Amino acid sequence: MAKSTNPFVTPTARVRGLGAAKSGTGHFWLSRVTALSNAILTVAFVIIVLKLIKTDYAGAIKLIGHPVAAILMLLFTLSAAVHMRLGMQVIIEDYIHSEGKKVVLLALNTFFAIAVGVAAAYSILKIGFAA
Amino acid sequence: MAEFNLPKNSRLTEGKTWPKPAGSNIREFKIYRWDPDGESNPRMDTYFVDCDDCGPMILDAILWIKNKVDPTLTFRRSCREGICGSCAMNIDGLNTLACTKGMDEISGPIKIYPLPHMPVVKDLVPDLTRFYAQHASIEPWLKTDTPAPEKEWRQSPADRDKLDGLYECILCACCSTSCPSYWWNGDRYLGPAALLQAYRWLIDSRDESTGERLDNLEDPFRLYRCHTIMNCSNACPKGLNPAKAIAEIKKMMVERQY
Ligand code: SF4
Ligand code: SF4
Ligand code: FES
Repeated sequence: MAKSTNPFVTPTARVRGLGAAKSGTGHFWLSRVTALSNAILTVAFVIIVLKLIKTDYAGAIKLIGHPVAAILMLLFTLSAAVHMRLGMQVIIEDYIHSEGKKVVLLALNTFFAIAVGVAAAYSILKIGFAA
Repeated sequence: MAEFNLPKNSRLTEGKTWPKPAGSNIREFKIYRWDPDGESNPRMDTYFVDCDDCGPMILDAILWIKNKVDPTLTFRRSCREGICGSCAMNIDGLNTLACTKGMDEISGPIKIYPLPHMPVVKDLVPDLTRFYAQHASIEPWLKTDTPAPEKEWRQSPADRDKLDGLYECILCACCSTSCPSYWWNGDRYLGPAALLQAYRWLIDSRDESTGERLDNLEDPFRLYRCHTIMNCSNACPKGLNPAKAIAEIKKMMVERQY
């Protein structure tokens, strides 16, 4: 923002800047809620992985194909991807101060989270419906 | 990007070592010096203080240096009893008040810098213009639309108690200048001191502008840059807890959503 470097702008004008965005609470709340769901779903995910260790390939396909396991893993994927996107957004906003770079990185962050989430979901569904 | 290196002309250099007085109770001080009138980089000067000839606090020691060794050493002070907030500086790695920090609380040479990540006016004097503008921006006064009562605005003792731990803030800036989020985004993040005061007015039962106050804070930067790092509460020389006040503001934000 040019205002922050312009010596003719008063400190008050600088602090007021573009005003309050009137947002941020949704982001804050969703990141807490997904932290909670991550904690619960991670337990389910670890249990599933532990079970997978003891099975062969066919058994693994069957286990992941089970509706309860598949749905838990889909939920875990969704929750983790959303949480990851929110967290990474905060880090970008904290450390990247050039507006252009920031906007690009924020967009890439969103793309990345969606891509990772969809790829994982696709794999789970593929196994689930094949089993 | 966040700055991890100081600009070239701000990097510290080794400074002058001032003469050591005779005596058996001598403490060594390393103090940040920068003169806006010269061209040179900031430097760390070494001083020796005769503790038998001076009071027990860090402020006593730097006054002793100023009076007896080097009159050019520049710092702010006024009340010398922890009530004006002028003498805030970074002592032995922690932002605190020079007048309430005892020399005996520190072992070895005592290092003193100005409050971190602020423009320096001279030596230990930081430029707090923006910090004060941020405090003003939260409108730290009672706001009402109801016509003023004949006597005072009344408040229950229980509601008055809610202001304890908040009104005592002396605006020394120890907290805000210890906050990494304030270092990286101080132009948009209000910082713990201003937010603690914002909360002081948000929970004042007499105030009629709570909603507008929240509106003005609801912003990814103004409020939500606080990541609960807790440096602020750790630094506050008055024992206040800005991190908790900020968490309470966030709670109010969520509360009015649902
Ligand atoms: S709790 Fe918030 S205000 Fe305090 S140091 Fe951490 S980020 Fe800064
Ligand atoms: S909250 Fe504490 S550290 Fe922060 S300005 Fe107030 S008195 Fe100073
Ligand atoms: S001189 Fe007033 S707080 Fe230290």
